[in-house]
Amino acid sequence: MSALLEIEDVTMRFGGLCAISNCRMTVPAGITHGIIGPNGAGKTTLFNLITGIYRPTEGIIRYKGRKISGQRPSRIALEGIGRTFQNIRIFKSLTVLENVRIAYDSQLRYGPMESLMRVGRYGRAEDESIARSMELLEHFGLSGFASIPASGLSYGSQRRLEIARALALKPALLLLDEPAAGMNTGETSALTEFLRDIRDHFQVTMILIEHHMHLVMNLCDKITVLDFGRVIADGTPAEIRANPRVIEAYLGESTE
Amino acid sequence: MAYFAQQAVNAISLGFLYALIALGYTMVYGVLTMINFAHGDLFMLGAFICLLLVTFSPIALPFPILLVLVMLIIGGLGGLIERLAYRPLRDAPRVSAVITALGCGLVISNTTLSISPYSRAMPEVFNDQYFNVFGVGISTLQMLIIGVSLALMIGLDALIQKSRFGMALRAVAFDARSAPLMGISVNRIISLTFLIGTGLGGAAGMLYGMAFPVISASMGVLVGWKAFIAAVIGGIGNIRGAVLGGFILGTVEIFSVATLPSTYRDLISYSLLLVILIFKPYGILGRAPNIKV
Amino acid sequence: MENIRRFCVRLADRRWILPVLLVLGMTFCVVAESTSLLNSYTRFVLTAMLVNVILCVSLNLVNGYLGEFSVGHAGFMALGAYASAMLTTCLFPQTPALFIPAILVGGLMAAVVGFFLALLSFKTRGDYLAIITLAFLMIVKSALENISWVGGPRGLAGIPTLTTLPIAFATAIITLWVIRNLIYSKFGRAVVAIREDEIAANAMGVRTREAKILAFTVSSFFGGVAGALLAHQITFINPGSFDIVKSTEILVMVYLGGIGSLAGSILGAVIFTFLSEALREYGTWRMVILPLILVLLMIFRPRGIMGLRELPWFLPRRELFNRRKKS
Repeated sequence: MSALLEIEDVTMRFGGLCAISNCRMTVPAGITHGIIGPNGAGKTTLFNLITGIYRPTEGIIRYKGRKISGQRPSRIALEGIGRTFQNIRIFKSLTVLENVRIAYDSQLRYGPMESLMRVGRYGRAEDESIARSMELLEHFGLSGFASIPASGLSYGSQRRLEIARALALKPALLLLDEPAAGMNTGETSALTEFLRDIRDHFQVTMILIEHHMHLVMNLCDKITVLDFGRVIADGTPAEIRANPRVIEAYLGESTE
Repeated sequence: MAYFAQQAVNAISLGFLYALIALGYTMVYGVLTMINFAHGDLFMLGAFICLLLVTFSPIALPFPILLVLVMLIIGGLGGLIERLAYRPLRDAPRVSAVITALGCGLVISNTTLSISPYSRAMPEVFNDQYFNVFGVGISTLQMLIIGVSLALMIGLDALIQKSRFGMALRAVAFDARSAPLMGISVNRIISLTFLIGTGLGGAAGMLYGMAFPVISASMGVLVGWKAFIAAVIGGIGNIRGAVLGGFILGTVEIFSVATLPSTYRDLISYSLLLVILIFKPYGILGRAPNIKV
Repeated sequence: MENIRRFCVRLADRRWILPVLLVLGMTFCVVAESTSLLNSYTRFVLTAMLVNVILCVSLNLVNGYLGEFSVGHAGFMALGAYASAMLTTCLFPQTPALFIPAILVGGLMAAVVGFFLALLSFKTRGDYLAIITLAFLMIVKSALENISWVGGPRGLAGIPTLTTLPIAFATAIITLWVIRNLIYSKFGRAVVAIREDEIAANAMGVRTREAKILAFTVSSFFGGVAGALLAHQITFINPGSFDIVKSTEILVMVYLGGIGSLAGSILGAVIFTFLSEALREYGTWRMVILPLILVLLMIFRPRGIMGLRELPWFLPRRELFNRRKKS
């Protein structure tokens, strides 16, 4: 199986602070990969590096064998990497439908002149974009809210909208930054099912940052543990659970 | 050589004036991250208040009392504008506050213009004398400008670095949301910042009016906004940057006027601003804001 | 009162009204221009109103849809006004047929400069971009003051009166049409996405640089066009006519009518024009009252009358369908 995403010795420094140091990670296509670690371990920084918001100080990130580090974020998104954000970043004053359509727009093929004169491919492309976006919203149970401003959605629905929006890019790789943040145990187990469904239905490889261990252990095929910007463990959920260094990072050094 | 030295003296005194006005812009920006476009017009008003006081006062007011009065009146006005126009917008989109500031500035300058459509001559506040130091002419007024500005800046620096108010101010500038958790009254700090910042601008207006004794309502845009350039060049929000920017701009202006037709002055100042912003988008000493993703 | 409201809502939903209004408006303009139906003052005010509509809609593209704060729109007007006026007065006088190309040249002149301003907006946002537009405005003004062959501070006089009511009306309609068609396309949605959240827009594949270039270039093009029309209406221009006060007037229109709304822009321009005419007898106090309105507006209704809402007349049919579906 070829690797979908390869992170090769990536280091990220902000001034004197080393947020990520010599990170190596390989994500094969088709799996669900979890990233865990204490607060400030550099998990979100890693996402920002993959999606091009930051440029790595050192190292290379490859996607489908092609180097993506150093590219503009929009370019990386168009390569097929979708993401959500830790503190939801939906387009608040736009409608729910418009939120999804903006991500879908990159697949529309018409030029400025066609849209100016309302001729050629414009009409069909726009109709298709609305239809496809509605389909997507339907799948997420949001089609009833299509024409209300996204800020009017409940917190949970906003999180779902953010995932729907990322999927409108038709990504092969989906990065989820704490999808279960702020959810209780019941909601979290519903989310596990929901994510499993997304993975099967949309055929995406997922990388998710999460603090809810239950969700991570149930859903992920592989887990990487970060602490102070370093990969301290890497393996299947069972291996991670048994790893003494992980327990140490989470609970502090053992006194013995 | 003497010519050069003469221009250097002029540049220093102009630089001090710009720095004094720029401090007001930069203090407000540091605390509220908001450009107080009305500041230039309050500066202009400082000159006019001085004119009013000199003209209508029954007794001849000595310079120090005049200075304190102007600073108090302008500072009070600045605080009032903050209370009435800016505070309701503290949580509104940032653009709203900037537009409001622009609007307030226009209200002040056009009210002044409507009341006094023509430029006026500033009466002499004290007997100005000219000294010749090694072939370089320096007037009492220039010495006074440098002295007063220097005193005010040192005072401000001490206030910010040493006093409790200064500590609170730095805390609010650092993080206005967690400062109240430390028992700091953010509203009081912001009001005081406006009071001091615009007060300094008023003092600069008075000094400027005395040095270039023709004052008009358009002074706020013509001179006040220059000081704004100075603040931005130095890195707005940064107090030392304001002083640095003031001197850079003063030097550039004096020497460009000495070598080129004076009509090129604005062109050069604003081009300098544009060029610096292209290469250092946040000014010489300024830092890019941290955006959390 | 309730009846009036219901009537207005019904009116707003009837999309056939817009083409009817266009035809009626154009006919009215042609008739008014060729007969003595209106006196010259009324014609002058109506023309100024249409020029204001162009200014307001085009600035709304940057300040409302893109969500940046530009104070430099008067600078683009100046470029358009001077470029076109030089063509019609100095290079090709006595050929009114060249007015349309002259308008286009004015617009292109402004668009080229707008393009470079857009490049600066890649790195800077918010306050700093506002400062850059301010610097741009000041540079244009003082550059014009120092170029003697365009009249220096005295300006250009004797520009032929070529801006007629029908031309102004047609140009305003074309401006609205172009901007509306851009807004309701993937290009426009990219612009709006940047306003909402630039980082998220980037992550959703929005090419933010291209979108910013589009918004700035189109906006400055029509700013230049409006400048060209203004120059050939008032027949005399000087650098002082395009200062920060002029920019503020356009800002008042935009924020009065409402950001991110075409209907709001028209409303803002119309209200502003009449208000400003009504206040003309008060001289410079006019420019005290107008900014005061702006300040009060910001405090009590920061998004303006129409803020982010749109009249169904201006929406493409397919967008309308989706809006209705909710109710």
